[in-house]
Amino acid sequence: MSRLIRLDQTGHTVLAEWTGEDPVAAETARAALRAELERGYLAVASEPGGEATAVRELPLDAELVILRRPIAGG
Amino acid sequence: MDTAPPAGAGAGAGAPLPLSGELPELAGVHWRRRVDEEGLRRADRLWTLSAVAHEVPFLLTAVLLPALNLIMIPVSVAALAFAWVIPELYAARGAGVLRPPRRAVSGGAAAEHRALGLLADLVGHDARDLLTRTGLALEAGRLGVWVVGPAGALLVRPGGRRVQCYCVRATGDDLPVADRVAHLLLALRADEPGFATVANLTFSGAGWRIRRRLAPPARLALSAAVGVAAAGTARRTRAPAAV
Repeated sequence: MSRLIRLDQTGHTVLAEWTGEDPVAAETARAALRAELERGYLAVASEPGGEATAVRELPLDAELVILRRPIAGG
Repeated sequence: MDTAPPAGAGAGAGAPLPLSGELPELAGVHWRRRVDEEGLRRADRLWTLSAVAHEVPFLLTAVLLPALNLIMIPVSVAALAFAWVIPELYAARGAGVLRPPRRAVSGGAAAEHRALGLLADLVGHDARDLLTRTGLALEAGRLGVWVVGPAGALLVRPGGRRVQCYCVRATGDDLPVADRVAHLLLALRADEPGFATVANLTFSGAGWRIRRRLAPPARLALSAAVGVAAAGTARRTRAPAAV
């Protein structure tokens, strides 16, 4: 089961879960991702090996897609 | 609980994601040259030159004035004090990037616990124990070994002697501390040179200058990073993936 989560003041919030065999859940996750990107969040597909890739579309094969806020130099 | 849109999200928010896989936040610092190994070495040399330029006049003053007249010894002592204090102030500024934020988050301990759980899942097995003890994430990259905190990161350069301090944070003040670390860790993993470009370099110098200015947990994390950097086991050689 893949998850789309958002880092926020609650720690994190699970916005959607999907599998490759469930197109409805995948579409729901896509819509949730689009909505958060429009709000200014940035999406990162986090891979089990400790790598991360910035994405703007939902990678259906990713296990974990994390929405984060932009960073800035302090 | 819903969240407000990211505060101060101007740096890259809404901007199209570069096809090279670079951080979108780079659009907010377009005038900066993208960091690379040579750029880091140049920064190291400039910081060293700057330190020498600050200290040499005071040291010369401290040596020459008493030679002219012993009555100048107090001035000489004052010059020595300046020669000591100025690099210390820079080091203190650098060490400040690992200082935990003072502001409490609205979600309280439950949010912090939840954020820490996710962060523990994100870091590798080796770094998990250090995270539990220090609240800081160790990440070996191409440029060196990073110690990532909630408001900045230290980069221990290969060999383990030199440390660079970067001030950088997630936008908005309402995030749990561990979430702040996770934000920086994810950005670092997605585009390490981009991360170093977006962040502000606040210090570059010998690790021992930083170490004594750090709180004990951060000192522990720095020691671990120095160990990895000295052993030459920096992990990833991956360029940002094309999107």
